[in-house]
Amino acid sequence: MESYLLATLTFAGIYALLALGLNVIWGMAGMINLGMAGFFALGAYASALTTTALGLPIAAGVAAAMALAALCGGALSRLTLNLRGDYLAIVTLGFGELIRLIAANEIWLTNGSDGIPGIPGPMRADLTPLQFNALSCALVLTAVAVVWVVAERLRRSPYGRVLRALRDDDVAAAVAGKSVRRFKVQAFALGAGVLGLAGAAYAHFTSYIAPDIFRPLLTIYIFLALTAGGTGNNAGAVLGAALVIAILEGSRFVEPMIPHLNGAQGAALREILIGGTLILVMRLRPQGILAERPPEPERAAQP
Amino acid sequence: MDLLPQLLVNGIVQGTLLAIPAIGFTAIFAVLRFPNFAVASHATIGAFAGYAANVWLGLPAAPALVAAFLVAGLIGVLSDEVALRPLRPHGALTTAIASIALTIVLENVVRLIFGNDLRGYDLPIVRDWRWLGVRIGPQQVQNLAMALAIMAAVFATLRYTRIGKAMRAVADNPALAELKGIDPVTIGRITVFAGMGLVGAGGMLLGLGTSIDPLTGFRFILPIFAAAVVGGLGSIPGAALGAMVVGIGEELSLLVLSPAYKSAVGFVAIVLVLAFRPRGILGERAY
Repeated sequence: MESYLLATLTFAGIYALLALGLNVIWGMAGMINLGMAGFFALGAYASALTTTALGLPIAAGVAAAMALAALCGGALSRLTLNLRGDYLAIVTLGFGELIRLIAANEIWLTNGSDGIPGIPGPMRADLTPLQFNALSCALVLTAVAVVWVVAERLRRSPYGRVLRALRDDDVAAAVAGKSVRRFKVQAFALGAGVLGLAGAAYAHFTSYIAPDIFRPLLTIYIFLALTAGGTGNNAGAVLGAALVIAILEGSRFVEPMIPHLNGAQGAALREILIGGTLILVMRLRPQGILAERPPEPERAAQP
Repeated sequence: MDLLPQLLVNGIVQGTLLAIPAIGFTAIFAVLRFPNFAVASHATIGAFAGYAANVWLGLPAAPALVAAFLVAGLIGVLSDEVALRPLRPHGALTTAIASIALTIVLENVVRLIFGNDLRGYDLPIVRDWRWLGVRIGPQQVQNLAMALAIMAAVFATLRYTRIGKAMRAVADNPALAELKGIDPVTIGRITVFAGMGLVGAGGMLLGLGTSIDPLTGFRFILPIFAAAVVGGLGSIPGAALGAMVVGIGEELSLLVLSPAYKSAVGFVAIVLVLAFRPRGILGERAY
């Protein structure tokens, strides 16, 4: 039971990382990213391959994951800079699907739909499963804390103010002399790097990845987390991630109580619940549980 | 063996079928100004409604196609009314996100009812025709004919009927259309009904050649979006033209790429068009 709780908490941490990454891209800078699952996959595969195929340490894998995801994020946003949001939605969704397609078909690299097994975890060989889960949980939660602090500093800095400005009105931001293009590419790359970090954490914790894990459904989970928690609010992103995990795991306990339900139907009901909740939250409380509170402008020193 | 003519024929057939859901998607965009990702689930719903009419009720393909149109259109209007219309004032992107959530809900309702198994339509098995070394199935020809008939009906409606003209007016300038006494909410509902109906019919047309499962619609989402974007998002003739480009492009890609990457052609087409001609081949004018 402790082991299960620790694993659940670890997954909640991974979702929190995803939600924090999305919050930089969508919450702060207002760029839509429906290809989140693709960046998550990039991170997971980069880290898995660095550690299994190249045999490098996990830290190198995590660095590679963040670098690759950030690079692809920057390139994708550079390519789509002049597009309106609705086009960006389509392009990013397509990007996510493309990554999954590559993961499923470039068998020489990714082992195709069989996936990559045996991805090393930190000290997995020396620890009992319970201890391993405890260590993973601690590591992932530390990562969440670090990303949170960085994202929060970012939000309160002049940099974060520029991002909000271009989210709300990029023409005005440009008129104010801000380089809209540079900020957009940087914010997308930064957020994508965090998504890549989450992918690496997932790969090393579960030790197995396959293309099917990176379905667009994951994107909906994270949008639900961020929307429910409060778009633009880092605490909201973490809270929302915990909430999504609570819904997902909680429904596992409710499922056996419904008679005449087979496994596939149970999974279908769970997905209906997630999708329905997202629509409901957007309808009833679009600002989320914790609404965004832009930091107070610093008062000028009294003369 | 000469592969090219065969691929071209396949591409033209596929492009014509793809045009139907692409027109539905782009029409909804033209009038309501948001990319409605719920097309994935509605294509699936249409495919399964057609399956139910065809296999359970024993109807031939053409009337089953009408069932696919009606069921997908009806569910389209109802779900839009409940889930998406109240969110539209919050902006196109919020609505787009909600439409993905909606597509996941509806796709899983289909899964709940029909399960995950692959299902095939009950169609007479006939020998392919051969003509100058090109093979084409009579069913393919029938599908092509049905798709062309649907397209003719769409263009005639847009051109000659009051509703069609009102739709074009709203797409062109919603404020001006409202000033002239056209109710945008009613036009929105009619557009969603017809658009999702077309998507449903398209889902069935695309599914007729293979087998269907709850992910059928999702598999076609990239080519459908690609067709709409390539032709010019919101342009109905553009969607038909874009579908042809994507359909033929997918088939020709088989000359150089493995079939697994066929659906990547759509993505590449989107990126290329957006990089060089952001408003698509025909621009964004609805008609």
